[in-house]
Amino acid sequence: MALSTQYELKSGVATREAFGRKLAELAKSNSRIVVCDADLSKSTMTHYFAAEHPERFFSVGIAEADMVGIGAGLASVGKIPFVSSFSVFVMNKGFEQLRTVVAYPNVNVKVVGTHSGISIGEDGPSQMSIEDLSLACSLPGFVVLSPADDKSMRACIELAVDTEGPFFVRAGRPKVPVIYDSEDGFRVGGSRQLLDGGDVTLMAHGLMVAESIRAAEALDAEGISARVIDMYSLKPLDREAIVRAAKETGAIVVSEEHLVDAGLGVRVAQVVSETNPCPMEFVGLTDYAESGTPDELLDKYGMRAAPVVAAARKALARKK
Amino acid sequence: MIKTSDVTELQAISKKIRRHIITMITAAKSGHPGGSLSAVEILVSLFFDRMKHDPANHSSPDRDRFILSKGHAAPVLYSVMAECGYTPVEELNNLRKLGSIYQGHPDVRFIPALDASTGSLGQGLSLALGMGCGMRLDGRSGRVFCVLGDGEIQEGQVWEAAMFGAFHNVTNVVPIVDYNQIQLDGFVKDIMAIEPLTDKWRSFGYHVIEVDGHDIAALQKAWDEAAATTSAPSVVIAHTIKGKGVSFMENNPKFHGTAPTQQEMEKALAELA
Repeated sequence: MALSTQYELKSGVATREAFGRKLAELAKSNSRIVVCDADLSKSTMTHYFAAEHPERFFSVGIAEADMVGIGAGLASVGKIPFVSSFSVFVMNKGFEQLRTVVAYPNVNVKVVGTHSGISIGEDGPSQMSIEDLSLACSLPGFVVLSPADDKSMRACIELAVDTEGPFFVRAGRPKVPVIYDSEDGFRVGGSRQLLDGGDVTLMAHGLMVAESIRAAEALDAEGISARVIDMYSLKPLDREAIVRAAKETGAIVVSEEHLVDAGLGVRVAQVVSETNPCPMEFVGLTDYAESGTPDELLDKYGMRAAPVVAAARKALARKK
Repeated sequence: MIKTSDVTELQAISKKIRRHIITMITAAKSGHPGGSLSAVEILVSLFFDRMKHDPANHSSPDRDRFILSKGHAAPVLYSVMAECGYTPVEELNNLRKLGSIYQGHPDVRFIPALDASTGSLGQGLSLALGMGCGMRLDGRSGRVFCVLGDGEIQEGQVWEAAMFGAFHNVTNVVPIVDYNQIQLDGFVKDIMAIEPLTDKWRSFGYHVIEVDGHDIAALQKAWDEAAATTSAPSVVIAHTIKGKGVSFMENNPKFHGTAPTQQEMEKALAELA
């Protein structure tokens, strides 16, 4: 049975690049957008915005806690602040501030964490954010998005601007494959079914979406039909898509470049156990990684199609 | 709402606020009297005199804003806002009780006229500076006043914010240090000394205004001096007395976070008669 996929998985831009470009574009026609930066604008790509709108670009220095507070203050007077840094710094050093002056009073701050996961590479574990989604999802009222490519990141930034309330959007450092050819079809609480299949569902976010497509192709060669869903909206979740997958395929594998016991997987498992219990398997990170090239790290730490395929077989074996 | 620059009238209002603070914390059986009493004149001279605000139009974008960064002094803020007409005076004694708008620390979800939810120390100045920058972008004339505790400025974020305020010359934000010299565990100098305080702020780029924080006329001058200073942001260091106005609470670390008993309340109210 030949798998008909339009996904050639051509190389595309990094999601951080997509964020920076889209933000600068949106800011042309929306004067409420402002940016707070903690000395990483050339890495988070908010420098595109800074070049065009210097008066709306606030350099706070290397001071993430202050940056979150400044952002909350700007939001309180009607601005739409994008507070951006490496995900590991803004979410960890700024977490108490995100809790107390953003989530608790429900302020319209948009946090974009770049250089997430282990795919940042050589800089090593102190710079690798593998807990960020767990932290972000723990905050009441936050919308948490983890897009997989250029177009979906652009759509997520537009959603963040257009939707009142706090957001966390996760971006990565390396170039990632192109999944989508349009920015249409994304919503807060949505998901995208990329391949249909009846035997097992492969769910993922970020760069594991492309790997899940590759896994589906490998499973297809074994005669296993896998559904692939991009769960770019971790919070709120697309419960309907999860329930449908559990009912219709009876087995689910969730893969993510994040701590495996604190990310999308456990959130999906909660919905599955509440609605339509079925065998589930999880592919993710279990500990801090190390320095290396992104490719070496993704290989060594199992952020590839092969572990997804193995997990799918395991889930299928447990299916009654 | 009463608005006055008359020092005698403002002193009379201050006494009334102190009575509210004592009564409401006694009724709550918990709370922070010392640091509420030390900040009375600061808040009274702002809300009843120099601050531009209107309880009937509390979301006006042109208003001045106020952030009680030392959120545990909520009773002074609640008493002042109630007397201004923002919230019911008769409910002040519901402080800290289930369902009350008067939460243990200021909470915008319960009192929308508040400019910020506070309670976790060290964060108010960053918020104030964000507001100030946004107001400046929009060409608004309003100012943001932010009261910090002296113990609170042990938090590193305060100094991150101070660097930002001076670097971006955010002159429409006025931090005020309620320098009452006592924090929860004892005297500030014994917990983590903050001196030389004026030198610290000066070296961070601030124009420092030192003032007796219980002298209304001096405070009025301080707010005007801060408004007139545009070459650098101003900080007001208000020398105050913890527990001011109640003899047995003054300079007594015990009353940082202990409610008066019924007897103590009666004694305090007699002194504040």
